[in-house]
Amino acid sequence: MSNLIQMFKPKTKAQTTTLFAWALIAPAALVMFWVVVWPLYETFRLSFTNSTLGTLMGGAEYVGWENYEKAIGGRKFPSIVTRTFYWMFLSVGLKVVLGLIGATLLASNIRGRGIFRALVMPPWIVPIAIGCFGWLWLYNGHFGLLSNFAEMAGITDGPYSFLAYKQSAFYSAVVTDVWIGTPMVTLFFLAAMQGVPRDLYEAAYVDGASRWYRFRRITMPQIMPTVISMALLSAIWTFNSFEIIWILTEGGPRGATTTLIIDTFKTAIFSYKFGAGATRAVLVCLLLGVFSLIYLTVLGWVGKKYGYAGVQK
Amino acid sequence: MMDKYSLLQKIGIYTSIALFITFMLLPFVEMFIASLRPLTHLFSRPEVPVGETMSFVDFMSRFWSDKMSFQAYRDMWVTVPQLPRYIFNSVFLATAVTFISLCFVIPAAYAYARFSFKGKSVSLTLFLAVNMFTGAVLLIPLYKLLRMYGLLNTYWAMIIPGVAFLIPQGIWLLKTFLEKIPYELEEAAFVDGASRLYTLRRVILPLAVPGLIVVGIAIFIGAYAQQFLFAITFNQNRDYMPLPAGIFEFIGYQTVLWNEMMAASLVGVLPVLFIFLFMQKHLIAGLTSGAVKE
Repeated sequence: MSNLIQMFKPKTKAQTTTLFAWALIAPAALVMFWVVVWPLYETFRLSFTNSTLGTLMGGAEYVGWENYEKAIGGRKFPSIVTRTFYWMFLSVGLKVVLGLIGATLLASNIRGRGIFRALVMPPWIVPIAIGCFGWLWLYNGHFGLLSNFAEMAGITDGPYSFLAYKQSAFYSAVVTDVWIGTPMVTLFFLAAMQGVPRDLYEAAYVDGASRWYRFRRITMPQIMPTVISMALLSAIWTFNSFEIIWILTEGGPRGATTTLIIDTFKTAIFSYKFGAGATRAVLVCLLLGVFSLIYLTVLGWVGKKYGYAGVQK
Repeated sequence: MMDKYSLLQKIGIYTSIALFITFMLLPFVEMFIASLRPLTHLFSRPEVPVGETMSFVDFMSRFWSDKMSFQAYRDMWVTVPQLPRYIFNSVFLATAVTFISLCFVIPAAYAYARFSFKGKSVSLTLFLAVNMFTGAVLLIPLYKLLRMYGLLNTYWAMIIPGVAFLIPQGIWLLKTFLEKIPYELEEAAFVDGASRLYTLRRVILPLAVPGLIVVGIAIFIGAYAQQFLFAITFNQNRDYMPLPAGIFEFIGYQTVLWNEMMAASLVGVLPVLFIFLFMQKHLIAGLTSGAVKE
């Protein structure tokens, strides 16, 4: 016993530091292990069983790849995956473009920009669910502002329920998602823009570079690392986004807004098919993992070719 | 010279900013107007003959009525008697999550900011990778976990997942703050014979207070925003329900009490909005300082 203790006793200063550092990290790491790592393993294990509400705590049978065959072979699966990626690319693309425009505007040297910056933040501060209630009312067909406005402007003939039709429901959900995600993207782009050394701009200005040229050739390359990391983070969140779609449409009408996460939730929590739900959760993780890998690899290339710093460390 | 704008450019910038802010605030403005309108006005539409478009005057009539009042702000407490409880639950849950998270975040962030040790970058990356697995993916095992410990339908059912998913961001944010505290101060304390824990408590923590406040507020806002999913999945007890889940009680079988629902939503947002208003300068500066490359 005393030998064992002796073995783990730190001998050098570096070892003492390592031990102390890990002692400080241990509580947080344990929580992560308990609430994230073990559940991940458990999801993986459950995905090979026919677990339901009755057999969640034990007694579920091992069914091999059956859940995977059913999920991937399902009639709707390809369209759900396509929709999820379309949802992600469209929404993240809009957030990045709007974020860049917003950050450029808020970075400009004008009076009142402090107030403007604060006024942009509310969609991010307010609980997602509550923001969605507001949009629910805006999208209302008979009495909502958007429908009324469209009627007055002659865009639609009579009342139009944005969330009742397949196409418009999907794009309405995208708009709400962009609304919620843009403030944070804007804020981080703004911070990155303010970190660009001023003398770069001054030198370019002296040389007669236009504003647009300065944006393209100085601002963009300088803030590229932030743009890249925010885009990736935002993509992961959008892929996993649940509340917005759930409150607006619950995945409807007729599945038009059902993304993988909504499908997972419906299968697992609403129908209590925990095995089949876990399978979908594993597929979500796999797809996200593959996406992140491809994304980072492509960036690695681009970085080498154009000399960007790549992903921010 | 470089930062001067021509009049035309100025007009362009202000117009664009106005449009941008309109998009960001429109739902709130509309919610506020809806909360003031009596249900009869809310559910009335101007008569538009077939084949004609709605006139501008008819359109504007939706924004104003003689009967507009703050009545909904009184009625909502009667319609949903549990409303104060829901708001309290939301604030309580977010506060609990914030303080518990900080207990885990502070030591870990300190370790990452101060020491170089074996497994540092690997473990930091792993912490950040947790961002990939948001709650929705892990719902089933979390449900099982909470049931195993008999925690379903308690406050803990919403606090535990809340804490877990906010720790990584908290560590990352606080680490960047702590890195800015000069190391010499600590060395001086060591030379005077202070222990590491004593240094952490008496030298680092007081200096880190501004950073701690920013991180705390960021966690609070996150915790306040993310209650919905865990609440509808892990809790069926109405006594512990947070506001975003409780608001659904305004949606009846026959009709939706939109005005009261919007009033309750806006009142429920006040706690977090107040905190933001008072702290927004520090918060915006603090959140972004870590994002910029040195």
